[in-house]
Amino acid sequence: MSSFIEINNLHFSYVNEMEEPPVKTEVLKGVNLEIQKGEFVAVLGHNGSGKSTLAKCINAINIPESGSVSVNGLDTKDEKNLLNIRKTAGMVFQNPDNQIVATIVEEDVAFALENMGIEPKEIRQRVDDALKTVGMYEYREHAPHKLSGGQKQRVAIAGVIAMRPQCILLDEPTAMLDPKGRAEVMKTIKMLNRENGVTIVLITHYMEEAAQADRVVVIDEGEVVMDNEPKKVFSQVDTMKNLGLDVPQVTQLAYGLKKAGYNISSEVITEDECVEALAEIFADKKA
Amino acid sequence: MIKDITIGQYFPGKSPIHRMDSRVKIVLTLVFIVMLFVADSMWGLLVGIVFTAFTYAVSKIPAKMILKSLKPIVPIIIFTAILNLFFIRTGNVLLHAGFIKVTDNGVNTAIFMIVRIICLIVGSSLLTYTTSPIDLTDAIERLLSPLKKIKVPVHELAMMMTIALRFIPTLIEETDKIMSAQKARGADMETGSLIQRAKALIPVLIPLFVSSFRRAEELALAMECRCYHGGEGRTRMKQLKTSSVDYLALAVTAAFFAGVIVINNFL
Repeated sequence: MSSFIEINNLHFSYVNEMEEPPVKTEVLKGVNLEIQKGEFVAVLGHNGSGKSTLAKCINAINIPESGSVSVNGLDTKDEKNLLNIRKTAGMVFQNPDNQIVATIVEEDVAFALENMGIEPKEIRQRVDDALKTVGMYEYREHAPHKLSGGQKQRVAIAGVIAMRPQCILLDEPTAMLDPKGRAEVMKTIKMLNRENGVTIVLITHYMEEAAQADRVVVIDEGEVVMDNEPKKVFSQVDTMKNLGLDVPQVTQLAYGLKKAGYNISSEVITEDECVEALAEIFADKKA
Repeated sequence: MIKDITIGQYFPGKSPIHRMDSRVKIVLTLVFIVMLFVADSMWGLLVGIVFTAFTYAVSKIPAKMILKSLKPIVPIIIFTAILNLFFIRTGNVLLHAGFIKVTDNGVNTAIFMIVRIICLIVGSSLLTYTTSPIDLTDAIERLLSPLKKIKVPVHELAMMMTIALRFIPTLIEETDKIMSAQKARGADMETGSLIQRAKALIPVLIPLFVSSFRRAEELALAMECRCYHGGEGRTRMKQLKTSSVDYLALAVTAAFFAGVIVINNFL
């Protein structure tokens, strides 16, 4: 027992019982992954690569076919650990509409705590704290369907952090949001990671979001194919394209410039770095 | 047109009625409904109207909400009125044309029934305006909890109700979207006979159904992720407590009810 999340040779298949004989689709084919406490890990992969399935294996929605998954030392195969694992690793889904249970913001945030059987006074305290953390406290008495997408997703995140989990799994939390909502959610996630030390596993399609993580894991055809710092992963532009993935626009730009013969680092992943690198090129030219 | 449905729409507020215990509110709403049916004269109903007006004034719900809640039942009101007008044949004849016969008794009964239905809908809507649906289902769960002893799944029913209420606005929004999408593809939902229009709704209902199942699956997953495991060992953030407001409301309602009975017997 060393890492916070330990995934050993994980295999998982979906079985379609409707077909005769039942059709088995193997989604995860031997995933090995270790995630440390407090890390911010982004998981990338094209559609159907198995990244969502992996997240569901971590919080015991999916039980491994073979291999093992343990969270904070708790094996997901053991039914006794179920609630404890879900308290430890909370999950946020893509569509905020489909994960909000209650008709009032604060009651939705309280839902998980009520399920856990916590004292009413303590629930009140935790709900207020969670709503303040995501900046939705003023909206506590609103109806969720009247909020914007970004606000709804922040409420969903509040519902999870009210459980005070050590880890939050986010399955494409920004996919259905507009740029403003996306920025709101990313800011919240980053703050939770930096200030509250929550371990974050972010599944995303947006390379700019992945670039903000400490570590990027790329999954393809049910296997981990890359696992490194964002800079190291994105600098391999051709490999990423072959996997059906993109790189941040600025990385693409730097890559193109390098190909064209300019002296620029290929490890450019944020806009600021890009501006700096470009300024250097212009300075060189002048000199 | 679809957006006008207001049942299950909660208006946050801090009025005495909002602060009442939702269990008491449900019981008093039932008492109010009984009161309307006990009242057998216009004077008795007047007490019901005054009671409704009084509760709305106390709750500070905007008057336009009353009209909104009445809109969907207009056809029912008209239907009831026509039925009573034409099928009550006692009393003095006011109008006689062929087989149509309208009597003064008919007119009186029609008006009486309309007023009763309006009072019924407006009065009971107040319950959902001033009580958040979760409070409401919570109250129903507690009121029915004795039934748990005879193995009625009270918690599960209450949960289902909460979720249904929660998804009404979402599904309405979705229906609107699908309708627009089908209209953009040339679907015609406004013209033609009733049967044609009903048929035109099929391409709206099928996608709505499919997406509801998808939503249900995702919601179930999200609930599981948040440690939902049935009603056992569940606590609630908001505890239901009766307070002085509830006793006051009880007294006021009792007074009105007594008024109706007095009017019934002495007028």
